[in-house]
Amino acid sequence: MRKMLLAVLSRVLQSPAAAAAAAKPASRVMVASRNYADFANEATFEIKKCDLHRLEEGPSTTTVMTREEGLKYYKTMQSIRRMELKADQLYKQKIIRGFCHLYDGQEACCVGIEAAIKPTDHVITAYRAHGFTYTRGVPIREILTELTGRKGGCAKGKGGSMHMYAKNFYGGNGIVGAQVPLGAGIALACKYFGKNEICMALYGDGAANQGQIFETFNMAALWKLPCIFVCENNRYGMGTSVERAAASTDYYRRGDFIPGLRVDGMDVLCVREATKFAAEHCRSGKGPIVMELQTYRYHGHSMSDPGISYRTREEIQEVRSKSDPITLLKDRMVNNNLASIEELKDIDVAVRNETEEAAQFATTDPEPPLEELCHHIYFNEPPFEVRGPNQWIKYKSGS
Amino acid sequence: MAVAVAVLRHLAPLGPRIPPHGCAGGRLLQHRRGLRLSAAAAIQVTVRDALNQALDEELERDERVFLLGEEVAQYDGAYKISRGLWKKYGDKRVIDTPISEMGFAGIAVGAAMAGLRPVCEFMTFNFSMQAIDQVINSAAKTCYMSAGLIGVPIVFRGPNGASAGVAAQHSQCFAAWYGHCPGLKVVSPWSAEDAKGLLKAAIRDDNPVVMLENELLYGVPFEMSEQAQSKDFVIPIGKAKIEKQGTHITLVSHSRLVGHCLEAASVLAKEGVECEVINMRTIRPMDIEAVEASIMKTNHLITVEGGWPQFGVGAEICARIMEGPAFNYLDAPAVRVTGTDVPMPYAKNLEDNSVPQVKDIIFAVKKVLNV
Repeated sequence: MRKMLLAVLSRVLQSPAAAAAAAKPASRVMVASRNYADFANEATFEIKKCDLHRLEEGPSTTTVMTREEGLKYYKTMQSIRRMELKADQLYKQKIIRGFCHLYDGQEACCVGIEAAIKPTDHVITAYRAHGFTYTRGVPIREILTELTGRKGGCAKGKGGSMHMYAKNFYGGNGIVGAQVPLGAGIALACKYFGKNEICMALYGDGAANQGQIFETFNMAALWKLPCIFVCENNRYGMGTSVERAAASTDYYRRGDFIPGLRVDGMDVLCVREATKFAAEHCRSGKGPIVMELQTYRYHGHSMSDPGISYRTREEIQEVRSKSDPITLLKDRMVNNNLASIEELKDIDVAVRNETEEAAQFATTDPEPPLEELCHHIYFNEPPFEVRGPNQWIKYKSGS
Repeated sequence: MAVAVAVLRHLAPLGPRIPPHGCAGGRLLQHRRGLRLSAAAAIQVTVRDALNQALDEELERDERVFLLGEEVAQYDGAYKISRGLWKKYGDKRVIDTPISEMGFAGIAVGAAMAGLRPVCEFMTFNFSMQAIDQVINSAAKTCYMSAGLIGVPIVFRGPNGASAGVAAQHSQCFAAWYGHCPGLKVVSPWSAEDAKGLLKAAIRDDNPVVMLENELLYGVPFEMSEQAQSKDFVIPIGKAKIEKQGTHITLVSHSRLVGHCLEAASVLAKEGVECEVINMRTIRPMDIEAVEASIMKTNHLITVEGGWPQFGVGAEICARIMEGPAFNYLDAPAVRVTGTDVPMPYAKNLEDNSVPQVKDIIFAVKKVLNV
């Protein structure tokens, strides 16, 4: 009798989950009691070889990822994915207005880049900037609150979707291509100050045809600026496919005299290795380098573009099923014993909760006070009067 | 009541008489107001040399300051403004750029965002149109869009407005274009002291400043006081200067035409008309209070500028006067003297009639005062 009782007791104590929900399959019970010591610390992965331009050697085709790194990349990419989908939802509810360019599908780009550079390095990108804003340290809550135009937003509601900034992150730029010369200028400052920092200047396949980018290539090469020019090629510049916009779609070669690499932008490890390679190239004083990341956006160009008039639903579906960056990482981790599906699901739940909380804050935070309308026109300036819509309405400008 | 006040004002004694200074040929001497300052240590300095000194002093003072533009280094500057600076400071501080305005203006703005203090030269402001997106959208607006997180301490400088015989594409005045935009500061020096003090102030300012120089003034010598020769001499941005006191009419101008106003004033003084000449010095933020105070004294206003009339600096001054306390003191509508509303022609006689001449200012004064 006692033995039977003890047996029942031990079974109950061992797996309370199983006792509570008898409908759960047996394998679940086993995993719930699995120890984290059962996972591998790291694993080695084969990654796609990069196409090279004016380079004898490229990034390594194998790389080691630790369990810790994998979990971090997974959580970060999943956070960006959830955040962008939440933004989609809020936009459709008309809580977010104006322009909203979503990054879902391209998560491996910003996460892979951030994994290979330092917080003291610099990043500047165009308007599809929410992912980078997050990886450069701005919490989801401040990003969503900026999108909803409230005072708790990372730019206090002054900037909106296209104008988010952080330390060593210069936006968020609305004029296509203008951020590329800015990035080279930041790189010039890096070289000037001599602290071995570099700048990542990102642009899209559409922007790649801007004249100012070629002017920048020339000066960056001439002056050996430590700038990595990153073309996020997601195959469409708004509604125009690359074939219809560019006489040469080999964006990694468009720097001509600047060496270049073409990278699988859906694989976070590939992006990481390529960025490490490119960063080393710049830091060693060799000058600029071009990196083309082949990636894909699930959403249309912006929230006002359904994204299916210039591409097929089948194409979108195919990328989702075969090349999704988060799925790729998840499969890699599970298949190499770096994490369990449950553990990753727990991360999903945590991310979902964080996003929900952030959205809740973003929808309830008050709008910026009208008194602050004219603040920050100038930097470090004593207050002055600003004319309103008529001569009797005056605002005070603070800094 | 208003009529009585107006009559009384006319009967009031005239203000302090300033001995008129002769203006021979192209040499313009700086007019003094009030008591004569000790002229012992004052020297003659051209606007070019004043700008050169300002650049030299600021490059020395702050190692984050650097100069870039076409021909600024080894050529000593297209107009020799940066003469000797590359030799003294080297490649890191004085940078020759290729002919890529949009590119190098953007690079300069990015450098400013990352903590340097660039001086970006446009060979003339006509070429700044190629880069105007970087000046407005990247430089002027970033502090606001980032809610004060990112400042852009940059100076864009170069010759602006009409030159001599360079025709339509090289003669446009951009004071109204840049003056339109919040987030920018826009200065327009006339004398050597203006040039030096304003450039130093612009470089030390943490905001994007557009400095509109004038090519025809570069070679003109002005008296520079001992105070202005100091390495710490700066002129506050946003403050106008009364170049000559007067009581009958206010002439407001900026850049080269301040000299024309002073010439007109000295001719008119012989006929008993005392003009007050205000040198705006700054286009944005505009010192409208100085103009208002003057109008409350003289009751008449003429604005004088080289740019086109439509949506110009003078139009803005007139609009603001309408809106402010000085309107009630005007005894006649405000009048503008501007460039002729035409792309700049080449032939000398046509060009001469496309910019305000001294006779045009005198004519306008007499019309306004009905003399």
